[in-house]
Amino acid sequence: MTTAVKAEKRQHMDIKKFLANNGALVGLLVLCLALFIATPDFLTAGNMLNIGIQASTIAVLAFGMTFVIVAAGIDLSVGSVAALSAMVSASMFTTAGLNGWVALLGGLLTGAAAGAASGMATAYGRLPSFIATLAMLSVARGLTLVISDGRPVRTADQVSFLGGNLGPIPMPIVVLVVAGLVASFLLNRTVIGRYMYAVGGNTEAARLSGIPVQKVLVIVFALSGLFAGLAGMLLSGRLDSAQPQAAVGYELDAIAAVVIGGASLAGGVGRISGTLVGALVLVVIRNGLNLLNVSSFWQQVVIGLVIALAVGIDVLRRKNTIH
Amino acid sequence: MNGQPILTLDKISKSFGPVQVIDEVTVSVHPGKVQVLLGENGAGKSTLIKMMAGVYQPDGGRILLDGKPVKFRDTNASEAAGIATIHQELNLVPTMSVAENIMMGRFPKRFGMVDRAALRKQARAALDLIGLDIDPDQPVGELGIARQQLVEIAKALSLDARMLILDEPTAALTRREIAALFSVVHDLRERGVGMVFISHHLDEIAEVGDSVSVLRDGKFVAEVPADTPEPELVRLMVGRDISQQFPRRREYTGPSEPLLHVEGLSIKGLVNNMSFTVHAGEVVGLAGLVGAGRTEVVRAVAGVDPYDSGSVTIRGRRIPRHNIGAGIKAGLGHVPEDRKVQGLVLDASVNENIGYATLASTAKAGLVDFKGQREKAQDVAGKLRIRMSGLDQTVRSLSGGNQQKAVFGRWIAAGAKVLLLDEPTRGVDVGAKVEIYELINSVTAAGGAVLMVSSELPEVLGMSDRILVMSGGHLSGELAAEDATQDKVMTLAVRDVVRDLEDKS
Ligand SMILES: Nc1ncnc2c1ncn2[C@@H]1O[C@H](COP(=O)(O)OP(=O)(O)OP(=O)(O)O)[C@@H](O)[C@H]1O
Ligand SMILES: [Mg+2]
Repeated sequence: MTTAVKAEKRQHMDIKKFLANNGALVGLLVLCLALFIATPDFLTAGNMLNIGIQASTIAVLAFGMTFVIVAAGIDLSVGSVAALSAMVSASMFTTAGLNGWVALLGGLLTGAAAGAASGMATAYGRLPSFIATLAMLSVARGLTLVISDGRPVRTADQVSFLGGNLGPIPMPIVVLVVAGLVASFLLNRTVIGRYMYAVGGNTEAARLSGIPVQKVLVIVFALSGLFAGLAGMLLSGRLDSAQPQAAVGYELDAIAAVVIGGASLAGGVGRISGTLVGALVLVVIRNGLNLLNVSSFWQQVVIGLVIALAVGIDVLRRKNTIH
Repeated sequence: MNGQPILTLDKISKSFGPVQVIDEVTVSVHPGKVQVLLGENGAGKSTLIKMMAGVYQPDGGRILLDGKPVKFRDTNASEAAGIATIHQELNLVPTMSVAENIMMGRFPKRFGMVDRAALRKQARAALDLIGLDIDPDQPVGELGIARQQLVEIAKALSLDARMLILDEPTAALTRREIAALFSVVHDLRERGVGMVFISHHLDEIAEVGDSVSVLRDGKFVAEVPADTPEPELVRLMVGRDISQQFPRRREYTGPSEPLLHVEGLSIKGLVNNMSFTVHAGEVVGLAGLVGAGRTEVVRAVAGVDPYDSGSVTIRGRRIPRHNIGAGIKAGLGHVPEDRKVQGLVLDASVNENIGYATLASTAKAGLVDFKGQREKAQDVAGKLRIRMSGLDQTVRSLSGGNQQKAVFGRWIAAGAKVLLLDEPTRGVDVGAKVEIYELINSVTAAGGAVLMVSSELPEVLGMSDRILVMSGGHLSGELAAEDATQDKVMTLAVRDVVRDLEDKS
């Protein structure tokens, strides 16, 4: 090969590599461009904030889910845990008359505790995380209904503030950004974060290197629960009340966001930035289809196809680019 | 060589991204001949045979089958052409039975259902070819790596191919199994099967080979007859002389404290009442046949598996049973026997893999010391001469021997004082072996202790100061390095087995 051909080939490869590694981001930008052309309602300040608010719940759930998927697990309970956390918090405030801050903290801790329980069942009880969290999905939803007796409960002001505005900026967007930064920091900078990648990549090799695999798993699920709790605060805060049937099915959105963002369900791979893009892709598609007056029935079809497409491209990418 | 080759790689080239791994190499495989590929770790041997097997497609050059150009789109295409491949890395489904693995993709059917009886019978026949006496219904995952390797070989043999590729088939085997394999190779040669054989055991080359193609850095160096003297082969391969194959030196002069003490270790059905001590500055070899319980002892000592009774003491500290972390804290390092399954996170970088054991201990307030970790990894990778494009290369894409060095490097980085090495040089080339031996020397020179399990007797004899021989889960004897010979070790290794047989009859 001549050097010119080689150089050209290399340049070609760099572009290909960038596209392959950032497929979801490129997809998101193309999507936004298409919607910008299709409808003048898309690129307005109001709509952008709207997208941010809608994305916040899914993204926060998905950040937590990223920990779990990186560690080669799955958490089906995040929707229910979000609802339970919100309900516990609201009840602490309204029914038990506790201080609003305590209620907020109580809600978050409820999420973490529920997650830790799933984690222990997985790590020490040796249940597959699919099963452990499927059980938690049911338990948490059931407890939510028990506590509330099926009725909505008013949230503490501190929780409502999370659903409100900070000047012109909606608080959910602030929470989204902070949660993303914290999650990314945990995953990339801390020992426990790096352990998650090792455990997800090869559990046995991680164990033999002295990594406390079981502790890592408990922490991973507890974090997922904590983020679910935070998502619960956002959801209930926006409505000023905790709803017993809140966030049903949200776990699927969260998983979809993580996977669209480039994580592998086999574990060991995944980034918070990818997950954020994945969540935005889901929300922008929904938002755009709404603006274009596409029925919500068709929306589900489209979302399903997008997930299949995103993961399909990812599988191809893994096959072709050999690192 | 005369006659039409079965397969020729003609000026073949292959790059991965910007890295050229094979550069215009030509190799031919003739019927009834064994073509040996020789080269250092990362020289490109596996890449070359993967192009014969249809795993990779060449970027340049031609593949000729019976003189006619062909393209192997995938592995099915090469199998259809009568080429069977035993890859360096095992390709078995651990949860499926031995028989199912051997007959994978070719299940005999009756009335549209799997014919279990025929499946078992055909698998049995394949196992008999290499004299492997295991239950065809046992899940493959329950077998040790040596037996898994034999299952892989049986699978390839059962394909009845006209050309057979063997990529380091002997790396995980002991002499007995190697002998069985070689007699199969001789039979196949008589029947006109052409073979490609890769091994880092130079003595095997003259034994089974006909002709040797030497590769260095992806380039063809020379083709020489298989009876070329070993020093000459080494020179061709690494481009320099290696004066001493086993450079064991005992440079430690401090007090010979016991660093590892194992007392009465028993694991039901596997290990029986093992007691031994490894002192500072000492290399103790643990020899025995496959299945003697050597790996079980190492794993129990490392805390990987629980044991039923006994005790393990490291540097005076009693280590709780089944607790890997406690051992590491006390200064233990464990290089497990199967690097791919137990040693490495394949999709993580070299940097990360070397750093796993020190992530926590070097961290400040739970934050990873990226700079320090990287410097240490760079230092270790340099010392071990790990051949890589950079510290961020994924371990999966390293050659086999370099992967092995990465596992080793983790414990060098951790500064382990007591090293448990289970087949530390499996799949490592002659030059790199010497580097690993030198590392063992420097560990013991600094007052460390090494317990080494190896199926390569010359290595055990060459590097150990003392040799423990296991047989049937017992310690059947101990030999000082000075008066140990292969025969003495083998006699001890089969001793209890013989006794057991006598008891039964
Ligand atoms: N899929 C891949 N992507 C990138 N680089 C690769 C890939 N496979 C192999 N390489 C590189 O190609 C070189 C040759 O590797 P190969 O596995 O062929 O070596 P080998 O001669 O078989 O070595 P060993 O004796 O250690 O098995 C190595 O430097 C390796 O890092
Ligand atoms: Mg190889």
